[in-house]
Amino acid sequence: MDRFAWTNGLLEMNETLVIQQRGVKLYDGDDKAKLDVGVVLLTTHRLIWRDHKNHECCIALSLSQIIYFEEQAAGIGKSAKIVIHLYPVPSNKEPGPYQQSKFPYIKLSFKEHGQIEFFRRLTEEMTQKRWENTIPQTVSTATGSQTGKTRAVGIVGIERKIEQKRKETDKNISEAFEDLSQLMVKAKEMVELSRSIANKIKDKQGDITEDETIRFKSYLLSMGIANPVTRETHGSGTHYHMQLAKQLGDMLLAPLEERGGMMALTEVYCLVNRARGMELLSPEDLVNACKMFESMKLPLRLRVFDSGVMVVQLQSHSEEEMIASALDNVTDKGSLTAEEFAKLLGLSVLLSKERLLLAEKMGHLCRDDSVEGLRFYPNLF
Amino acid sequence: MSFEWPWQYNFPPFFTLQPNVDTRQKQLAAWCSLALAYCRHHKLYTLDVMESQESPVFNNKKIERKLSTEAIQVVFEELRKKGNLDWLDKNKSRCLVMWRRPEEWGKLIYQWVSKVGMINSVFTLYELSNSDDTEGEEFHGLEEWMLLRSLQALQTDGKAEIISMDDGKGVKFF
Repeated sequence: MDRFAWTNGLLEMNETLVIQQRGVKLYDGDDKAKLDVGVVLLTTHRLIWRDHKNHECCIALSLSQIIYFEEQAAGIGKSAKIVIHLYPVPSNKEPGPYQQSKFPYIKLSFKEHGQIEFFRRLTEEMTQKRWENTIPQTVSTATGSQTGKTRAVGIVGIERKIEQKRKETDKNISEAFEDLSQLMVKAKEMVELSRSIANKIKDKQGDITEDETIRFKSYLLSMGIANPVTRETHGSGTHYHMQLAKQLGDMLLAPLEERGGMMALTEVYCLVNRARGMELLSPEDLVNACKMFESMKLPLRLRVFDSGVMVVQLQSHSEEEMIASALDNVTDKGSLTAEEFAKLLGLSVLLSKERLLLAEKMGHLCRDDSVEGLRFYPNLF
Repeated sequence: MSFEWPWQYNFPPFFTLQPNVDTRQKQLAAWCSLALAYCRHHKLYTLDVMESQESPVFNNKKIERKLSTEAIQVVFEELRKKGNLDWLDKNKSRCLVMWRRPEEWGKLIYQWVSKVGMINSVFTLYELSNSDDTEGEEFHGLEEWMLLRSLQALQTDGKAEIISMDDGKGVKFF
């Protein structure tokens, strides 16, 4: 922690912000730092931490100070952390919150998630070393003289060796993951490709057995969303739900149009989670994301019927039209039950009943509740 | 003269209490007028909720629909609010139906009395409802309690006075 220096929080020339994450607590080694929860900002040059209430309270650390860093997974009652190992304190360091510390490392504890994305961006910055282009002269000489002095010393020498080894493995790992991220980029095309294959299979039904077709289709379904928005990548809270809402908006448009502009939320839940494969959504997150539709000006709306049934519908799906069509259908047939109406429209019984009830509420229909079931009639009263 | 059913009588939703407030109001209004018209046609004065569920008014055998007892009570309660009905017991199982309210009856009687020029003379209640003179008037054959109520309504208006006589009650019109 003694590597941190007070700062005004403003970015310097050529310095740009890479990512920021709120709800981060600092650890001095293994001990909690005497600072509150705050926002951590990663720039091309520095790691900045700012108190979430008192913006005057802002400290920074040059990225060149970092030897290496590693992830520490979350546990029960423990947030995920990133451990950052640091070089010794430069002699001309500006004053910071800690005068000295017995630990050569700090930890960032992510109370509101987002550590995966942060870790990724930090890795990027550490490999690109963008700060080297415009590094202030003072710092470079400081670290220079430091390393010059300590090169020969035993423990540091061992540390350097370890670090070199680590760098190598790091390179290997990042190369390996690069392939994976490229695969993710290609995933969309692959989904397209597999769809066209599926169509071809359908045409040549006889050549491939039914069993294989089913298995292939199940693979396809699990590849629905190439890059799902998760809590780990986007943190918790509104930002996460907004991103989720955006993704939902993209993927739900086509199925909604297929189903006459309206789907029950349970149906949406099944569809979304089937498409996400492993990264399952909780019902709560889904509802919260759906509530964002309106504020984000997406063409979808979450609608709650009086009975408590929730549906997702297209914005263009107007109520008047719905009521008018219900009335037309009922007038046409004289009277309809929800089941008959559902068959007529190809809709689920639950939703068709909601439509009839809505039309009744508006006074266009009236009901006949007898032993034969609930029927709806045009309101002749 | 047979009773003429309103069109709603053959409309199945008529026999289900409608949840929509506006619709329900119209429905109840139709029920009220049907119930009163039926009682008037058949000269019914007292009704029993359970029994009337089986009577043709609330039970349409042709379309196999009947109004539930709860709904019948709602209809009766609506009639009570309008002054056409009085409950006979606390459980609301029996009631008196007045297809004309006492004030309306009183008015009819008073009109007839002034028409025949008998103001300031005394009638027995039996005379009013059962004598040959009133034959053809609508209040002919009116049950005594109903007649009494009508006269009481007239009395509060100061148009009549009810007098006790040896063998019953009499009334004097002013």
